[in-house]
Formats: sequence, C-alpha cells, structure tokens
Amino acid sequence: MGTLNILVGVCLIYVAFLFLVAFAAERAALEGKGAWLRSPIIYTLSLSIYCTAWTFYGAVGYAARSGLEYLTIYIGPSLVMIGWWWLLRKLVRIGRSQRITSIADLISSRYGKSNLLAVGVTVLAVIGTTPYIALQLQSVTVSFDVFSSAYGAELTDSAQGSNALLVAAGLALFTIIFGTRNLDVNERHHGVVMAVAVEAIVKLLALTAVGIFVVWGLAGGVGDTLARIDASEIGQWQMRGDRWGTLIFLSGAAFLCLPRMFQVMVVENEDEDHLRTASWAFPAYLMVMSLFVVPIAVVGLDLLPAGSNPDFFVLTVPLATGNDALAMLSFLGGFSSATSMVIVAALALSTMVSNHIVMPIWLSTQSGGASVSGDVRHVVLLSRRISIAAVVFLGYLYFRLSGGGTALASIGLVSFAGVAQFLPVLVGGIFWRGATRTGAFVGLSVGFVIWAYTLLLPSFGAGSLVSQTMLENGPLGLGWLRPQAFFGISGMDPLVHAIFWSILLNTMSFFIASLVGFPSPLERLQGAQFVNVFEHSSTPQSWGGSLAQTEDLMVMAQRIIGAREAQNLFEREAKRQGMSGLLPEPSPDFLQRLERELAGSVGAATAHAMIGQIVGGASVSVEDLMAVADETAQMMEYSSKLEAKSEEQARTARQLRQANEKLTLISEQKDSFLSQVSHELRTPMTSIRAFSEILRDSDRLTETEKTKYSSIIHDEALRLTRLLDDLLDLSVLESGRVNLNMQSGSLKGILDHAVASALTGAGADKMQVVRDNQQEDLMLNTDLDRLSQVFINLIGNAQKYCDSTTPKLRIDVGRANAALVVDFIDNGSGIPKTEQAVIFEKFSRTGVQKVKGAGLGLAICREIMTRLEGSVEYLPGQGGAAFRVTLPEQVAMAAQ
Amino acid sequence: MGKNVLVIEDEPNIIEAISFILSRDGWSVATHSNGHDAVGVVQKAMPDLVILDVMLPGKTGYDILRELRSEDATHGLPVLMLTAKGQVKDREMAERAGASRFMTKPFSNAEVLDAVRELVAG
Repeated sequence: MGTLNILVGVCLIYVAFLFLVAFAAERAALEGKGAWLRSPIIYTLSLSIYCTAWTFYGAVGYAARSGLEYLTIYIGPSLVMIGWWWLLRKLVRIGRSQRITSIADLISSRYGKSNLLAVGVTVLAVIGTTPYIALQLQSVTVSFDVFSSAYGAELTDSAQGSNALLVAAGLALFTIIFGTRNLDVNERHHGVVMAVAVEAIVKLLALTAVGIFVVWGLAGGVGDTLARIDASEIGQWQMRGDRWGTLIFLSGAAFLCLPRMFQVMVVENEDEDHLRTASWAFPAYLMVMSLFVVPIAVVGLDLLPAGSNPDFFVLTVPLATGNDALAMLSFLGGFSSATSMVIVAALALSTMVSNHIVMPIWLSTQSGGASVSGDVRHVVLLSRRISIAAVVFLGYLYFRLSGGGTALASIGLVSFAGVAQFLPVLVGGIFWRGATRTGAFVGLSVGFVIWAYTLLLPSFGAGSLVSQTMLENGPLGLGWLRPQAFFGISGMDPLVHAIFWSILLNTMSFFIASLVGFPSPLERLQGAQFVNVFEHSSTPQSWGGSLAQTEDLMVMAQRIIGAREAQNLFEREAKRQGMSGLLPEPSPDFLQRLERELAGSVGAATAHAMIGQIVGGASVSVEDLMAVADETAQMMEYSSKLEAKSEEQARTARQLRQANEKLTLISEQKDSFLSQVSHELRTPMTSIRAFSEILRDSDRLTETEKTKYSSIIHDEALRLTRLLDDLLDLSVLESGRVNLNMQSGSLKGILDHAVASALTGAGADKMQVVRDNQQEDLMLNTDLDRLSQVFINLIGNAQKYCDSTTPKLRIDVGRANAALVVDFIDNGSGIPKTEQAVIFEKFSRTGVQKVKGAGLGLAICREIMTRLEGSVEYLPGQGGAAFRVTLPEQVAMAAQ
Repeated sequence: MGKNVLVIEDEPNIIEAISFILSRDGWSVATHSNGHDAVGVVQKAMPDLVILDVMLPGKTGYDILRELRSEDATHGLPVLMLTAKGQVKDREMAERAGASRFMTKPFSNAEVLDAVRELVAG
C-alpha cells in the first residue's frame, strides 16, 4: 500500500512539474526569451505524440501476439518523414501562408472555404478520435490497476471509473489553461508543446530503461536476448505482404491526417527548417522506441505466468521482479504517452469544433452584434474551452459506455483507418489544381461510409451493431455487399479489405467527381494558391519597387480609384516619407499599401498583377491572370445582376405608372359619366317638378293648359324611365354579365320587326325605307332580340336626325371580308367628320337637340355588337348618315 | 314691374315652365335656346336679368357668362345660372365665371321667383 501511495504522490508531483514546465514556457515565450522553445529538437519531440499509450504499452503486446508486425506502425511515419519531407514542407508552408488552424480548416480552405466540408471533416475527426481518447484513459486506469493489484489492492470498477474521470478532468483543465490562455492568430501553444516535449523524453527514457533492464538485467546481455528471441514464437514470425503494406501505408497516412499530428506538425510549427532536423531525428526517436519492444515481449512471455496480459509487460515485468522504481518510471512513461495524446488531440479537435461548428452557429444567431472584436474574442475563448471539455468528456463517456476491455483494443487501427480517409482529399488538394469541392465531398463521404461499414461497425463484434448473418450473407442477403468481403472477394484480412476498398473508392470517387464538376472561381483561386504555394509565397508579399515609376503607378491608380482619391493617397504617402514633392518614393511599404487600396476596387489578384506589371519585379503568372479573369467574371456577374435588378425596378415603376394612369383615367371617366347621368336625370325631373308645382299652386289654369302640362309631366316621366332602362342595359352589357339568348331566325324577319318598332309615333310614315328582300333572305343564329335592338336604334336615329325634307333610309345587306354586313344609309346631311369619332361614346348627342334622347343608343349598339362578336361603325362618304353592322361569318353560316 | 327677363335654355319644357311662372308674376319674358349667338342676343335685348343654362348647344353657359362679364355694358348684369350638374365643382365654376346666383335643377318655382325678384331689386 505504501508503494501505491508513493506512486500517487509521484504522479501528482509529475503533473505539477508538467504544469510548471508549461507555465515557464508560456512565460518565456511571452517575454520573448524562449529561443530554445523554438528549437528543432522541441519540434521533433512534440511530434512524438504519435506514440501514445497504445504504442507505449500496446507495442509489446502486439509483438507478443503478431511478431514484428508492430514495426509497421513505426515504419509508416518514418517513411513519410524521410521520403515525403517535401510534402510535409508544402503542408507547413500552406499552413503558414494561409493561416491554417486545423486539418478541417486546411481542407475547407482549399476547396473554396466550404464550411460544410469543414463541419464534415470535424465531425469525422471527432468520431475517429473519441475512441482513441477513451483508449488513453483506459490505459491510465488499467496501468494504475495493474500497479495496485501487484500490491494486493484490487480496484473496484467504480474506483477505476472515478480514476478515469479524475484523469480526464485534469487533462481538460491542463488543455484549457495552456491551450486557451490567449487567442494567438498563429495558434501556437508554447506551454503545451513544451510539456509534450518533456513527456516525450520521459516516455523514451522509461521504455529504454525497462528495455535495458530486461536485456542486461534479466536476459543476461544482447547475445542471450537474441537467443531467447530465436527460441520464441516471435522468432518464427511470418511476414504477410498485404498486411505489412497496408499497415505501413495506414500508419503513414494517419501520421499525416490525424488532427493531433496536424496540430503539432503544421500548426505549432515555428520554422519550416525544423522539418529538416525532424526528418531524421523523429525516425531515430521511433527506432529507439521500437528497439526494446521484442526483448521485453520475449522476456515477459518467458518470465510471467501464462495468460498474463502482454499489453502491460512494460509495467508487469519490473513489478514481478520487484523493481518498484523502474515500474514507477514505466508507469510515468505510459502516463505521459496517454496524457500528451489527449491534450493535443483535445486542443486540435476543440479548435475545429469551435471554429467550424460552434462559432458559425453563434455568429448566425447574432444579428450584427458581433462587430465588437472584444466580444468575439471572449466568445471564441469560451467556445474553445467548452469544446475542449466536451471532447475530453466524450472520450471519458466512450470509455465508460464501452466498458473498457476488448472493444478498445483494436480501436487504434480502426481510428487510423478513419482519419486516413482524409488522405486523398488532402494530397489531391495540394497537388492537383483540378480537385473540386464536390469531389472532396463525395470522396470523403464514400470513404467514411465504407470505413464505417467495413471496419468500424464490425469492430464492435459480430452481433452487437452488425448481426452475424449480415457479416456472413451481406445486408438483405446481398452477398456482394458483405461488410468484410466486397464484391465476393473473400479471404482478405478484414483490415486490409477495409483499407483497400475505402481508400480505393474514396480516391476514385474524389477524382471522378472532381473531373465531372467544375470548380467555382474561389475554389480555383484557393486551388492555385495551395498547389503553387511555393511560387506564391517564396517571393515575399512586399515589393522591391526601386525600378517602378511612381508616375506610372499614379496614372494607374487614378484610373482605378479616381483622380482625387489617388492624388490624396500619393500626397499623404509623400508626406509620410518626408518628401517635398507630391510623389512618394515607391518603397515596398507604399506599394503594399497601394495594392491594398486598389484591391478594394478591383480585387486582390488584379491589384497584385497590375502593380507587378508596373514594378516589373514580379512577372505576371498564368495563375495571376486566371485569378484576374475570375475576379472580372465575378464582377461582371455582379454588375449584370445589378443591371437586371434596376431594369426590373424600372419595369415595375413603369407598370405602376401605367396602372396609376389607367386608374386615374377610369376615375375621371366615372366622374364624367356620373355627371352626365346626373344631368340627364335632372333635366326631365326639372320639367316634372316645375309643371307639377304649377298645377298644384296656380288656380287660374285653363283646361288646355292643365292637359298640356300633365302630358309634359307624363312624357318626361317616360323619358326618365327610358333613360334608366338604357343605363341599366348598358351597365349589364359593359360588365359582360349579359346572357345571350341564341336563336335562329331570318334576317328579313328581324328587319321587319325593327322597322315596325322604330317607326312609330308622329311623322313615322314620313320616312321611306328602301330594302332588298332577296338580299335579306338569310338565316341567322345569334341573339335575335339584341340584334333587333341594334337595328331599332339605328333606324330610330335615322328617323330622329335625318334632316332631309323627304327622308329616306336604305338598308343594304351584303358581304365584306367574308363577313355579313347590314348598312343603314339615310339621305340627310350626315354626321360631321369631327363628331364621327365620338358618336359611339355615352351621352354624345350631336347637333341641335331636335329630338329628346339620352345619347346612349349608339353606345348600347356598340356594346351589343361586341357581345355578338361583330361590330357597328360609322360608314363615311355615303352622302347621308350611314352605319354598318358587321356580323361574324359563323352567324350567317350556321343557318345554311 | 314689367321688367324684362331673358331665359337662355335649350329644353323646351323648361323654357315653357319658367316663362309661365315669371309671366304670371308680371315679368316680361324673352327666350333663346342655343349658345353660339346668346351673347349677341343679350347685348341686343339688354334685359334686367338673364337666366342662363350651363349645357347649351354651341357654347357653354360659363363661356357666355365670361364674355358678358368682360363687356362693360353687361358687366354688372344680374345672371341666374341654372345647371343640371349638381357637383361642387360646377358651383365653383359658376362663381368664378361671375354668376350672380347659382341654382341646381330641379328647382322649386318659388325659389326661382324669389331669386329673380331679389336680383333685380338688389
């Protein structure tokens, strides 16, 4: 029990020491003293978070079970560091020039700053990393358990759980303190990196110490150890080419794509040159880490009773041999491996979660209130802190829910395979200009679905998430979709199978979707900047403008931002430089400012290209020109949109004006109509009232007078009635609510009726009507009553207005333009040209008021003929007044 | 008594009614029924009062009144305007043209008689 207490004490001291180291590093960085903080060795050591507890403890277990295969986990990253350093250099350069904060940020930036993509990568990274964090928590609690059980103190499950919670809380606290102390635009965390570097040394020392102890303390030297290895099963390892190849590829890919690796390798990178050191130092570190794995495994297998868990030989071998201090160091090594991984992973994931999920949501809920930068800073920090806590807690939750144990054992490789899905999109993005957002999206989705289906779900064991029958027969009995034997290719190792298909289909769909689609201008621009990062960033942003002609720049600036603005800008600059004239020296500083100013008007790429051309220092590349073209296209699109919009507004205004004019006209017409109606009603009413008052008030009236005045009243009353009838008739006709009563009848009959009805009363027989019965021998199918009404009106008008002493009306029936026409021509003086246009308007009586009429007759005729789909017009040049009624062909045809 | 009134109106029945009422009251009534030569008729007859309709064939009552007002001889002539259009703007038009009195048809006979008496006396 005493040793256990010492272990707890040592742990606490160690943790306190780590806090101190981190704090000191932060302090030194803040005071600008920490040159040693920025050494390539620290950088290399920080990369060692690749070696987690899974590597520290698990490698020995791996070797005990599968021989030398564990080496693949080290070979992959080593190959990347040595053989692909130029890819890493490119990543680091892009990271710095684009201010990349995470792998999600890198992928989303490359593909046109698509936040959807960033959210996808973030979610997938969290899914891939959570089990891994759980694994670290498990390793700490289990190793503590191993330690304590060696001293006869079995820990209960709940005690294990609370240990894990304690560790998780401590790690979250550490990450929050040193990961979110301030908001650095470069996202560098000296305290975290330093602590991680220290832990890297501790775990290397611990593993090496145990290794030395095993080789020289237990096995009796190198020769004896080698003999033991030969004798053991590990010595008879068989190398399976497919598995080795896959595992090397997988660990290399994970090394590039793991969020935490990206954090230390790219984000925390201080200097590109550090890669040069790391490219040999990190493989060396890995080599030392892997050196004693096999000896420990072999000796452990020999020494410890059968059935002991080889995953903890690093701990149990010193414990079994009573070497408590070494065991404690070993424990600290494992503890360091686990904690450094959790800290950096939480830091990396929280940046992604906060930047791509929490902040966009928060910003979208803030309407304009986020303009105060202090506010946002505060919110960003808070969101980071919450994200860190959430990520660590998620890991803890996974650990508790999965119950630790076997489910976690294989999670390391599953997790690697998950993040490896980023590889095609990542590598394609920085080497292939043609890669598109759609391609990235499709590729990632395909890769992750296959990964989840073939590896993640089955990893929980048959019968848990994936049923045994589905594993054997495929979903819904579709054999070719069996999770571990796609397309019927069985016999492959499940891991190899999953990696092969997921990466293959991921890459293929990424390429195909990229080739099929067309990148947006922003994607093309970002693509060019990523792929050609060295050309873009190797010449520094500032200009060496000694050759530039300031006057040329002036001319260009005037053309772009306007004469006065440009002059002001140049004058201000000249004053700043202390020049006496109006033109400044073309200093790099000034050129940069000018570029920024121009960029506001013409876009950054255009401004850069224009200044480049004048200064002459930088040649304008094809990419620059393309970017210019993109900007121009965007501007043109924007301006054409504006144009369309203003055209639309003009059109709407025109329509409104027209509608308004129409309404005004209608309103005027209505006023004038009411005024006319009023006049027409009041006139007969005046007579009626006047004469009825005379009849009532005058007592000396003769009988003749009485009769005369009574009949005037009677006639005027009839006139009023007629007027009202006409008004109602017209109103019905105009509203279109008129029901036509279609009948068949002969034209002759209708005309007979009309003549008889119209020519009544005094002087009716004076008018001579000339007709041709043969012409009139036609059958019609129309509203006969309405047509008759038109004829009556026309004949009545002739009777009223014909001023000939021997009035004569000729009614002609004929055809004109395939239509039936009936002409009414009298022998009077006709209607003057000036009035011909208005006679069909309401209340338009012409000439002397010889006859009483409201002036609605012709208006009614016109409305009726419109309803009958014909027309009535004045026929000029016929001597007297002449009207033509036109009936459509089918009216006459129907009768034949 | 025995003063002259000229009625310018195109509706025969209304002419007859007004003539009847005024002659019963002792006025001597002359009538005219179209617009275009009305001014000349007034100037020739120089009545004590003109009763003027608005809607006349040839020329409107407003135009006739304006012409009368512009002539010295008829500048102060009392003119009673009658109109069958009863809107406010018609009354305003009549006042602007210089009507001494404005009445809307249909009128009461007593009103017309009172107005004629007042205008000639005043």
